[in-house]
Amino acid sequence: MRSEFRLPALGADMEHAVLVEWRVRPGDRVARGDVVAAVETDKGVIDLECFETGEVCELVASPGTRVDVGGVLALLEVEASAGPIAAARAPAPSSRPVEPSAIASATAAPPRAAAGRVRVSPAARARAHDLGIALEGIAGTGAGGAIELADVEAAAPPAAAATAPAESPAAPRDPVAAMRAAIASAMARSKREIPHYYLTLAMNLDPALAWLERHNASVEPAGRLLYPALVLKAVALAASEVPGFNGHFREGRFEPAAAVHVGVAIALRGGGLIAPAILDAAGKPLDVLMSEFRDLVSRARTARLRSSELTSPTITVTSLGDVGVEAVLPVIHPPQVAMVGAGSVLQRPWVADGAIVARPVMTLALAADHRVSDGRSGAQFLDRIRQKLGAPEAL
Amino acid sequence: MNREELKAVLVELLTGVAPDVDPAALLPGVDFRDQFDFDSMDTLNFAIAMHQSLGVNVPETDYAKLASLDKCVAYLELRQG
Amino acid sequence: MSTRITYREAVREALREALAADPRVFLMGEDVGRYGGCFAVSKGLLEEFGEERIRDTPLAESGFVGAGIGAALGGMRPIVEIMTGNFSLLALDQIINTAATLCHMSGGQFHVPLVIRMGTGAGRQLAAQHSHSFEGWYAHVPGIRIAVPATIDDARGMLRAALASPDPVLIFEPISLYNMEGEVTEAASAVRLEGAAIRRPGRDLSVITSGASLWKCLEAADALASEGVEAEVIDLRMLRPLDDAMLLESLARTHRALVVDEGWRSVGLAAEVGMRLVEQGFYELDAPVARVCTAEVPIPYPRHLEEAALPSAPVIAEAARRLVGHAK
Repeated sequence: MRSEFRLPALGADMEHAVLVEWRVRPGDRVARGDVVAAVETDKGVIDLECFETGEVCELVASPGTRVDVGGVLALLEVEASAGPIAAARAPAPSSRPVEPSAIASATAAPPRAAAGRVRVSPAARARAHDLGIALEGIAGTGAGGAIELADVEAAAPPAAAATAPAESPAAPRDPVAAMRAAIASAMARSKREIPHYYLTLAMNLDPALAWLERHNASVEPAGRLLYPALVLKAVALAASEVPGFNGHFREGRFEPAAAVHVGVAIALRGGGLIAPAILDAAGKPLDVLMSEFRDLVSRARTARLRSSELTSPTITVTSLGDVGVEAVLPVIHPPQVAMVGAGSVLQRPWVADGAIVARPVMTLALAADHRVSDGRSGAQFLDRIRQKLGAPEAL
Repeated sequence: MNREELKAVLVELLTGVAPDVDPAALLPGVDFRDQFDFDSMDTLNFAIAMHQSLGVNVPETDYAKLASLDKCVAYLELRQG
Repeated sequence: MSTRITYREAVREALREALAADPRVFLMGEDVGRYGGCFAVSKGLLEEFGEERIRDTPLAESGFVGAGIGAALGGMRPIVEIMTGNFSLLALDQIINTAATLCHMSGGQFHVPLVIRMGTGAGRQLAAQHSHSFEGWYAHVPGIRIAVPATIDDARGMLRAALASPDPVLIFEPISLYNMEGEVTEAASAVRLEGAAIRRPGRDLSVITSGASLWKCLEAADALASEGVEAEVIDLRMLRPLDDAMLLESLARTHRALVVDEGWRSVGLAAEVGMRLVEQGFYELDAPVARVCTAEVPIPYPRHLEEAALPSAPVIAEAARRLVGHAK
């Protein structure tokens, strides 16, 4: 069966990408999850994974061209059972450790009807026709992902739509500004749509840090852990145990996720922010999680992330621990429903056995979606994270 | 390895850890953190790189001595005796 | 110059003016004379105009509506009051088979210049047999005009325009509005029996309604405005003929439409309005046309159930939010 390999939306705010290079040639065999191309997005260069298993027939897009989300990149010959619609309809990833292609395609491309028809409002369709814009690849923000008038107008090249094709790869492009715009769009949507509530909890990190110090002293540098890795693991475990914080809110309802893919907010040195996921963080031993965390940070900073890492987070953690802030109250990344902020570890007066002593204290903050959870379960979730961090040997 | 050779190796390791750092703009006396917004992850990666290429296992308690290029050189010279 | 009066007084003033202006005009209906009207609309008119012109009738809707048709054919200008829309069903044969058809069946030789006024709608705890909204049903029928005055000016001015019509006009007065106070403005003297009216301009969606629901829509629009959503509220005024041009002109600006009707949803007025928008304005629509109607039950008696069954400002506002993608 002939299948179109289309550019997936690597995040709700992505509208297009520039094809950097192909990693396959016509005739090559590809399997689900194989990296087939690299595309440049507002979030940097992303390795694009294939959704299906089959043979590459034709490379439709050539390197250097801009492709809209949903635009056809290549044609594949695939086994009949693994059609793109079946893949797109697949349920959220199960507890199997890593299934990148399923995760990527679950949020790929604008939702379509079974017949492959894009949902477009009549007014949007008419406007797109007037502007001469292809509807394929416009990211719809309406109900069920429908493309509406505003989406078409946002996709229109600024000012003169009639002149100069904006697709020219030579057009000047400011990646920092583009990332800023992407963050602006996602954060504005978050604050517009998500009724956040916030809880904070200060905890004594001494047991965790003492354990960490002993562990790190006993291993070579490559085996050492950073305390944020403990926080990531604790959050992942708590999210898998306390319901209502791990998953996505889509079309008016909460869809819990089976596995916990923890998004890690990573600040980029040139400015900007990206939050790729450590897949199935709850199910990984600490040393594996740490090495993936290190790998993720370095690839985020060199802009070599994989598409599945960007589309899969089910909850996100941010840490501003190196900067000295007391607490960080995060803004949830839609369509996720919770985000945990870890403040700096600061020496603070702490009451232990009735005496005031100096202890390393960290303030954990939870921002959660009040459509999905309430303060009491939020408090239980934060407390569960504290319990996990209080027993680091069990992480 | 003399001081200049050591410096050259360290700069190479540094840019390996943080490819977005421009070696030409590096100020040897200023902390990496203040120059390049280095964080604990960068420090760890730097320590790993030093261990792998120079064979020097820097304990976590000595990380503060790796804060700038000059401090690194002084620390390594001390360790090499 | 303007005067602050109730909707009831505005209708009474319109009756008084019509009775004074034209000797062919008379008012006929149950309890309109000695009792002063079930809703006290005609209070005092018997004393002022006498029994010949303010006529109490038996409880026989088919009979007195038929008498009204005969009087109209005979050159009079009768105003027939039917207590509530529910009771008008007893006169359906006269209204639909006779009043609405004679002009057509006589090849234009006979006109029936009859005005029928009736109370409509819920909101006063009068239960299922006195509270329904059938104006949408009547709007189905060619040969009659259907007017729903929702404002003081329309309550004051529509009767004069109806009496000037050569053909039957049904005026549906929402009983929940009789106590509403407002000002009669100069516009009341220029009221026409055609066209919808924009009661509040807005850019984000068109809320199309009529009768008592107008005020709920305006309340909802206020709430929406505080959230940055500007709803345009349109009062249909006339259910037959419908002012398609204004609805489409509004839709062309807002691209989203919410139809609010106190009638039931199924096969109702809101369906007709929505379908016209789709038929004629399909390429302007940026979202599916939405409806808020009365729950599909006979209107309940208990106040809380009656309120729950009817369109309310919060429900209208929430439907509007969903339509513009600002659902809470």
